[in-house]
Amino acid sequence: MSLTREDVTYVANLARLEFSPDEVTALVDKMGAVLDYAQTLSELDTSAVKATEHVLAVQNVFREDVPKPCLTNEQALANAPESEAGCFKVPRVME
Amino acid sequence: MELSQKTIHEINDLLEKKEVTVTEVTQSVVDRIAAVENKTAAYLNLQTEEALRAAGVIDEKLGEQKKRTPLEGIPYALKDNMCTQGILTTCASKMLYNFNPPYNAHVYDRLIEEGGILLGKTNMDEFAMGSSTENSAYKITHNPWDLSKVPGGSSGGSAVAVAADTAFYTLGSDTGGSIRQPASFCGVVGMKPTYGLVSRYGLVAFASSLDQIGPFTKDVEDCALVLNAIIGHDPKDSTSLNLEKKDYTQTLKQGVKGMKIGVAQAFFGEGLQPEVRKSLEDAIAVYKALGAEIVDVSFQYLDYALSAYYMISSAEASSNLARYDGIRYGYRAEEYDGLVDLYKKTRSQGFGEEVKRRIMLGTYALSSGYYDAYYKKAMQVRTLIKDDFNQVFDGCDVLLTPTAPTTAFGIGEKTSNPLEMYLTDIYTVPVNIAGIPGISIPCGLDNNGMPIGMQLLGPILSEETLLKVAWAFENEKGLKNLKAPLETEV
Repeated sequence: MSLTREDVTYVANLARLEFSPDEVTALVDKMGAVLDYAQTLSELDTSAVKATEHVLAVQNVFREDVPKPCLTNEQALANAPESEAGCFKVPRVME
Repeated sequence: MELSQKTIHEINDLLEKKEVTVTEVTQSVVDRIAAVENKTAAYLNLQTEEALRAAGVIDEKLGEQKKRTPLEGIPYALKDNMCTQGILTTCASKMLYNFNPPYNAHVYDRLIEEGGILLGKTNMDEFAMGSSTENSAYKITHNPWDLSKVPGGSSGGSAVAVAADTAFYTLGSDTGGSIRQPASFCGVVGMKPTYGLVSRYGLVAFASSLDQIGPFTKDVEDCALVLNAIIGHDPKDSTSLNLEKKDYTQTLKQGVKGMKIGVAQAFFGEGLQPEVRKSLEDAIAVYKALGAEIVDVSFQYLDYALSAYYMISSAEASSNLARYDGIRYGYRAEEYDGLVDLYKKTRSQGFGEEVKRRIMLGTYALSSGYYDAYYKKAMQVRTLIKDDFNQVFDGCDVLLTPTAPTTAFGIGEKTSNPLEMYLTDIYTVPVNIAGIPGISIPCGLDNNGMPIGMQLLGPILSEETLLKVAWAFENEKGLKNLKAPLETEV
């Protein structure tokens, strides 16, 4: 199985990344090599194997729904590239 | 011997006897940083003035107070992916070039409580993705044993700071070997604890089911001291284990008599540098002489660990790094056309090449049509590898392996071939996949005088045993007094 330029461009859009034609060429090559290597996994029959998401038996951890101190509005916005009226500011979404 | 060259427990003895002050200890490290940091480039951010001020405060406090805690007044450094309020936390990425965290990582809070003195933040591969620290957006860190070699990665700066005596200890994070491999390359002790033993709160996430924070130290006793301070339940990390706190120094010196140490051929295969093999064989002989029983053990699925690791870690990374979009913090592209373009420009300009490649790989592995073949498959193989380790630990107490197939390689040597770079983690990634603890300790030097690392692995929560086994070797044969020949390098 080999990775195509179209695959790379399609995935780039999903990942919200963009690449120059040269970068796409490099990705086809380098990403393709890693995916080919990962193909070795297909040698294994895992049809009866349960997937492990977490190594420990992690379960949801609940606590009482009691308000606790948290970041102030000012602290939360302190790193924002742009903010206005106590909100994060983004470019217009709808025309 | 300068104070900066001593271990934490040696400094503790001196402080106990009031032979030195915390200010003298801190000044010694600050002087050392001034002398060698321009060669090693371990730090991204130095806080030496603040450190000296903090040292003065602790000296005053210690004048009145009788008892001090083992890390009180000891200068240390943090990898730059741990949040420090008021101090930039960049993950060595352009994406977070101006990020000033509004809260502290749990481990930083713990060390503040212990009275630790923060010297600064250490260099790393961008977002902890890499094995040589060459993926930092800011600088190249040099191995103090040979400045033309990499320190390993991704916690390269943290390993170098300890090896070059520019910190008494540091913390790193280990997702696939990022503590143990640089510890091996730099001739220091590095430990990845059991997943869940140390809170990940405030550690910038790479692959959440694999990431774990751990110490770099000059010897095994120091490793136990630092581990004592950073473990413990944290309600803010839902994967944090709720266990009674242990004191790892209690059992440290009990020896290995009668213990079963496993050796598996799978870790001594093709690509292993002959001197590394020889050094490990010598270590096995040392353990035999100390009364341990050496047993052969075997794995069935270890060959698949690296493939599974790169699928799982990249998939989790692609999800974790989706938050960097130029809206709430960090870098934002200057020119863009609408919201989606803002995301794309910001991310394409803010992330480095390797990070983008991993995001692409992970997005691909999670995308419709490939999910079953790559991501789900990798999670199933993870089960097989976990079971493999369980079965191995039925037959032995700990497993002894090389930490990495070779000693440190040259700067620039593997940057053009990602797969070749990934292969340097072949002996460390299975450990993260299984969630078990591992420690790397120095066990020899190769023909060029570069350090060789030995890795000891044990079942979930076997830190006490690992430290005991590591200490026994270090005490008998260890290289803890062998220092990087930094002075002779110019």
